[in-house]
Amino acid sequence: MKKSVLFVATACAVTVLLAGCGGGGNASRDTVRAVGSSTVYPFAKVVADGFAKANSGMASPIIESTGTGAGMKLFCGGVGTQFPDIANASRRIKRSEYDDCAKNGVTDIVEIQVGLDGISLGEAKGGLALPLTQTMIYKAIAANPFGKPNTAKTWKDVDASLPAEPILVYGPPSTSGTRDSLKELILVKGCESDPAMKALKDSDKEQYDKICTEVRGDGLYVDAGENDNLIVQKLEANPKAVGIFGFSYLEENMDKLSGLTMNGVAPTYASIADFSYPGARPLYVYVKLAHVAAIKGLKEYVAQWAASWGKDGVLAKAGMVVATDAVQATNARIATELTKLDPATLK
Amino acid sequence: MSEPSTPISASQAKDPRFAARLKKRYTSERRFRLLGLGAVVFSALVLAFLIVTMTSNAIGGFKRAELRFPVDFAGAALTLDAGQLAAPDARDKLKTAGLADVIVIAGTKSAGALAASEISDSAWGEVADRLIGDPDLLKSSLEVSVPVTNDLAAALRGEGPEKLRPLAASLAREGKLVSRFDPGFLSRSDATDPQAVGIWGALKGSILTMAVTLLLAFPIGVLSALYLEEYAPRSRWTDLIEVSINNLAAVPSIIFGLLGLSVFLWIFPNYRSAPLIGGMTLALMTMPVIVISGRNAIKSVPPSIRDGALAVGASRVQTVFHHVLPLAMPGILTGTIIGMARALGETAPLLMIGMRAFVATPPDGFTSPSSALPVQIFLWSDEVSRGFVERTSAAIIVLLAFLLALNGLAIYLRNKFETRW
Repeated sequence: MKKSVLFVATACAVTVLLAGCGGGGNASRDTVRAVGSSTVYPFAKVVADGFAKANSGMASPIIESTGTGAGMKLFCGGVGTQFPDIANASRRIKRSEYDDCAKNGVTDIVEIQVGLDGISLGEAKGGLALPLTQTMIYKAIAANPFGKPNTAKTWKDVDASLPAEPILVYGPPSTSGTRDSLKELILVKGCESDPAMKALKDSDKEQYDKICTEVRGDGLYVDAGENDNLIVQKLEANPKAVGIFGFSYLEENMDKLSGLTMNGVAPTYASIADFSYPGARPLYVYVKLAHVAAIKGLKEYVAQWAASWGKDGVLAKAGMVVATDAVQATNARIATELTKLDPATLK
Repeated sequence: MSEPSTPISASQAKDPRFAARLKKRYTSERRFRLLGLGAVVFSALVLAFLIVTMTSNAIGGFKRAELRFPVDFAGAALTLDAGQLAAPDARDKLKTAGLADVIVIAGTKSAGALAASEISDSAWGEVADRLIGDPDLLKSSLEVSVPVTNDLAAALRGEGPEKLRPLAASLAREGKLVSRFDPGFLSRSDATDPQAVGIWGALKGSILTMAVTLLLAFPIGVLSALYLEEYAPRSRWTDLIEVSINNLAAVPSIIFGLLGLSVFLWIFPNYRSAPLIGGMTLALMTMPVIVISGRNAIKSVPPSIRDGALAVGASRVQTVFHHVLPLAMPGILTGTIIGMARALGETAPLLMIGMRAFVATPPDGFTSPSSALPVQIFLWSDEVSRGFVERTSAAIIVLLAFLLALNGLAIYLRNKFETRW
């Protein structure tokens, strides 16, 4: 008899559990939810920490690292408590993503540039110290540089001034915001060093994308996954390899790695802040305006970003490159007034 | 053995061919035994290697660097009396009264300005909790031990920023900067500073998730196993169901994650990252394991038990619940624990339903957002800051300990219910 009582009890527990969650369709939420870029994720966490300290009694925001693209998709799902309030992005929102948002009723978005990050090229200490340019990197890792299949096996094949060492590049996978930046900041620039490619951009956009942004798949460019620590380990194990990752990882591992110069500029804090290093990119936070009134703490969390991104702020300490004073001032104003993003400025 | 074997005649035994054959047989016997022993030794070595490297890394993870110095609260100008500390907002009061500054000033006096500037931002909170616990401390001088920043902690290990290393070495010599066992690691939640992180949030998330999984998968699994074994007629349909369940048990876990994402999160859109959804998803994965092991356990109950019960007039239900199920219970429990252990270590489906978030407060129920142990390990392994390497190992040890506890429970229950016939 004892056993059957047990079963009835468990069965009841299950029913109660399921019944208890049945009415959960439109519950309100008192924690801020942010999704998006894995590059912004550590910084968003720092701000969340600061938020929890500054506003005792409010729950710390929930931050999910999904990658910029996937985050935008979730963010643009619609308005309502089941959708995130904030999308972190390591690039600007795309025109297509904005349209997708608008289609789902998310028309009012606030765009805040919170700081900068550099995608930097690095290698283990005592590596090849290649003096690279965007064109060289493009020629080394593109699938079809300037329209011809990539046959380069050593750096010497790419440029006669480089040593005859085999090409091996560890870099971000195609789902990553870092990869988007690699395309935009390095590959496209290298590709457009040939005027014919620039012309192609107007005549055949698809072909242009294929030639300029596709990365070779024959094993010389290795997808190292979203885990940038893994790239650091691989570089240590193989001093002749080159890694492409966020600048904060280079900075944190300065005792093991050294940065590679691009166009003669080394990746340092200063060269990224003033954009003289070609791999610098701005980081953004997108806020859903319709949620600001409904979600407790959202306004305060956005304000916390503005309070954290200064030169001596916690974000700088966490490895983010701070934006120039003018950019900071503009975005601080946007963060307090919550000015809507003008879709006409998007690409 | 009662049959007399044909005796081997002396001439046969002396035959060299016989001796060679006999030797060959013994050799193959010995070879097989050595191979088996080798396999066991190899797996034991792998396990030992894993445990030794993990624990040696994890020892550092359970510790943190703390700066020790006296704070004279009686002499400090804290505009507070002991009565105010009883109020619920005592922490805020202590903060506005400048507790953080008092600590930094005391730290400067004892260890110098550079060391004091490396006191962790969360230090005041820990001292505040101590004061709230015992307001009389406000009238005295207190020896506090507060966490330092990640940089100074790294310098103590000899790997952080160069400029802090001599300071860390000299403070360590004076006994002011020590690496101490950190019990708070088991009671705090995720944070950005590796010095301030804890595993409790993820552990609680895992416990809640497992509870949901068990509550759903166990009754459903056991009832299906009972029905299939005791009631269902053998037909094409039951064969089909059996094949489907066996297939379901072999489906990769990521598929269940996608199912959870598209079905459960579609029904309950507000419960992204909640243990409820995680538990439901993992229950789908665990249920077939329980059904299969349950059916085997029920099958192994001798038919004579059923016949005996029916013979003395028990109904089918009574037979099943009074006799068959209790006897099958040890086997069912073993299967359940194996399934649960697999679910506990599962990361992929939880990633799909959003349990990979940064959650700084432990979940307060089945529906609040939470993390889980394996996901926490995954997240920490991806951290920029190097202090997280040791913390990750420590989290792995906590996960292994939890698993061990589950398995221990399974063995205990099995022995308790086990019957021999």
